[in-house]
Amino acid sequence: MWSIVALPLISILLALVVGAFVIVASQLVLPGAQLDLLLPVTAYSALLQGAFGNFDAIVGTLASTAPLVLGGLSVGLAFKAGLFNIGARGQFLLGALGAVAAGITLAGSPSIVAIPLALLAGFLGGAAWGFIPGLLKAVAGAHEVVVTIMLNYIADGVITAVVGGPLRQQGRSEAITPDVGNAALPIIIGSTGHAGILLAIIAVVVIGWLLFRTTLGFEIRTVGANPDAARYAGMRPRVVTILTMSLAGGLAGLAGAVVILGVNHLMTPSFGTTAGFDSIAVALLGRTNPLGIVAAALLFGALRSGATLMEILARIPKELIDVLQATILLFLVANPVLQRLFRLRGVKSGLDTTETLTKTYSGEAVVQ
Amino acid sequence: MFLSPFATEAVMTIEAAMTPEAPVIAPALEMRGITKRYPGVVANDHIDVEVRPGEIHALLGENGAGKTTLMNILYGLARPDEGVILLDGRETTIAGPSDAIARGINMVHQHFMLVPVFTVAENILLGEETMAGPIFLDRKEAHRRIVELGKRFGFEIDPEAKVGSLSVGWQQRVEILKALYRDARILVLDEPTAVLTPQETQEIFAVLRRLAQEGHSIVFISHKLYEVLDIADRITVIRRGKVVGQRLPSETDEDDLAALMVGRNVQLTVDRGDSKPADVALEVRGLEVKDDRGSVVVQGVDLDVRSGEILGIAGVAGNGQDELVEAIVGLRRPSGGRITLRGQDVTRASPRAVNEAGVAYVPADRHRFGLVLSFPLADNLVLTDYYRRPYARGVLRNDQAIEASAQERIREYDVRTPSATVRASTLSGGNQQKLVVAREFARDLALLVLDQPTRGLDVGSIEFIHRQTIAKRDAGTAVLLVSAELDEVLELSDRIAVMYRGRIVAIRDGRTADKNEIGLLMATGGQARAAAPVAETGPAA
Repeated sequence: MWSIVALPLISILLALVVGAFVIVASQLVLPGAQLDLLLPVTAYSALLQGAFGNFDAIVGTLASTAPLVLGGLSVGLAFKAGLFNIGARGQFLLGALGAVAAGITLAGSPSIVAIPLALLAGFLGGAAWGFIPGLLKAVAGAHEVVVTIMLNYIADGVITAVVGGPLRQQGRSEAITPDVGNAALPIIIGSTGHAGILLAIIAVVVIGWLLFRTTLGFEIRTVGANPDAARYAGMRPRVVTILTMSLAGGLAGLAGAVVILGVNHLMTPSFGTTAGFDSIAVALLGRTNPLGIVAAALLFGALRSGATLMEILARIPKELIDVLQATILLFLVANPVLQRLFRLRGVKSGLDTTETLTKTYSGEAVVQ
Repeated sequence: MFLSPFATEAVMTIEAAMTPEAPVIAPALEMRGITKRYPGVVANDHIDVEVRPGEIHALLGENGAGKTTLMNILYGLARPDEGVILLDGRETTIAGPSDAIARGINMVHQHFMLVPVFTVAENILLGEETMAGPIFLDRKEAHRRIVELGKRFGFEIDPEAKVGSLSVGWQQRVEILKALYRDARILVLDEPTAVLTPQETQEIFAVLRRLAQEGHSIVFISHKLYEVLDIADRITVIRRGKVVGQRLPSETDEDDLAALMVGRNVQLTVDRGDSKPADVALEVRGLEVKDDRGSVVVQGVDLDVRSGEILGIAGVAGNGQDELVEAIVGLRRPSGGRITLRGQDVTRASPRAVNEAGVAYVPADRHRFGLVLSFPLADNLVLTDYYRRPYARGVLRNDQAIEASAQERIREYDVRTPSATVRASTLSGGNQQKLVVAREFARDLALLVLDQPTRGLDVGSIEFIHRQTIAKRDAGTAVLLVSAELDEVLELSDRIAVMYRGRIVAIRDGRTADKNEIGLLMATGGQARAAAPVAETGPAA
């Protein structure tokens, strides 16, 4: 167990250390500010308080975790099939668009009809945006990383065009859609805890079940682990690729739908949270495992959710969260460097640590 | 001294046999009490080996016996937990491969480490560029040295030839030249003959003997017992990390060595008995297949394999056998011709359709095709059957059935593993192959396709797989066997087809086939090219 969580934990701790330096250093550029070496402590405790300090804070954290779980599952599922879905952001936007379009149309219908249909529209919007790179990869060998990056840009354009055009609310000077009305997700806990939290939990169970209990999941994992062996075994890697990318797109789309139907209730051309890209970080940090993704999403959700209080109490801009996330990711990706670094330190501090760390990481290498 | 009684005895015999012009001096290489522990296993347990100057020393052992670990330690890729390495009698630490090379230790790997699009000279210079100035290579000087080295050891090589255009035998020579160019005094060859024809093997042996005469020490790793007996001056046998014996070729034979290696008496040649060929199971007519680059590498092959017979295809690797097999099992679309299985046209059938028609396939590359190394054994055992009852119920996996069947097959096929839940990557090569065999053999078959079924395996596993193959044949299965190991083809086949440049150039009866004739057919395709160097070297053993 330790061997699986060691690297992510070390990455998080190191990122917090780097963040502390950034906080201290940021005071130097402010004119006339005094150098407070304890500011990182103030900032981090405010962050913690903002994320978990009281019931409302916890609910807020859960609400911002839900789309990250869905997005993380999207990227993680694709990883299992050997695909790098950089396009979670685009799929997220298209999913949000699908949800808002359906939501507006069904705003007056009973919730029991409107909500499932709006969610389905969100899923399909994202799935379509995942299907395209899957298809291109399967028939033409186009690399999904390149295609999904391109599709992210196209998604931005599509949002601007549709929100400013067909979905635009009449009689408003700015481009903004009407409210989704009855299609909005109900609040099930606290004042901000929408039903998307429940949806995310269900998705974790379903994806875990799909991957490890069904024959399709076996095919996805085989294609990801060894496409040649998959072909040999009579599986169809191309079909699996298309299917997995569509499914992954659908999950990211669902994340977008949850934000629209659970939080915003309408859409502007500038819509687009960081959830799309954060999903990649979540999947990496969670080691593409459904439960790991939940843990990673909770961390990132807490960071986002606690940032506001940190900004108020410690007067550290929210953007510090971006720095922290990026640094975590850097340490994760620089995994071999980290290993060597720690092994070297171990050599200096004594033999026992060397052995422990070496063992840990060799176990790690097999896990990957 | 930590020498075992065996070793002392052997050394004494050697010393007695030494000619006056080779006085007894310190061994070129001595590894003393080498111990290496990995979690759960002792890979090397106080191993003592010494190699004299000018000696060809064979290291014999099953896969997983610890040969590789020992050589990795010698090459600086692993550190021993205990023990010392002495070069010319002086204790030495070898920190890494570059350190080893600097001390004159070189390795020729089983899979050549050559760049095909580079010339011979460029490959040899790789990493060891003789500089005329700070920027430019001194090609002339390098070429001169390469040609000179080649001549010294009895072959002429063109430094300008592209390595990709050379035969495997010549590529092997390039590997050896590469080592010599770096002034190697101790040369380690890991299964050097695995990809060679008998004639090429003899040619390489001639080169090795020449090297030894010049005072180079050679460590020769092999599992082919008769080759070891042919080339080695001394043989050290390792089993489960320990030296279990040392022999001189003059005082031992294949059965003795095999027993030492495996720890029990082994039947080296399987009694294949008589075949009872029935109806034609596989019929191939005018088959044409292209390789990945689009060139036609199978050019109009006609074959019949009958139920209850083993048809062996002999041929040097790369003569279209792989593509032929891939076309038969549905992994590659033929560009022409027809494949019929028990009267059913399967020319363009998918791998799954072929599999469901009763074809099992043991692929040449078990890591690439045969197994998913990161999956547990149980999952690998249902790799082709996972969607069928009882392993699946609708869309759901039936883990109980998968686990139960895994237990049964692991027992039946003697796969050595702590459990069915460990990853396939943790098994030794022999056990991995048994795993593939356990999956492919364990159902009723119309046709069994074996591509290099025992490559890189130990004697015990080879014996096991050969027995299973004969048993399948006797049960009425048609068997198509492809192997670059001529001995294997000769031993198992009821009929032998020789494949050369995409064509079947001859078919012989397995009982009466002549090894030299087949070897020659493999190398030349039977064309009257008496001037070819192969013919000059004389007959193989």
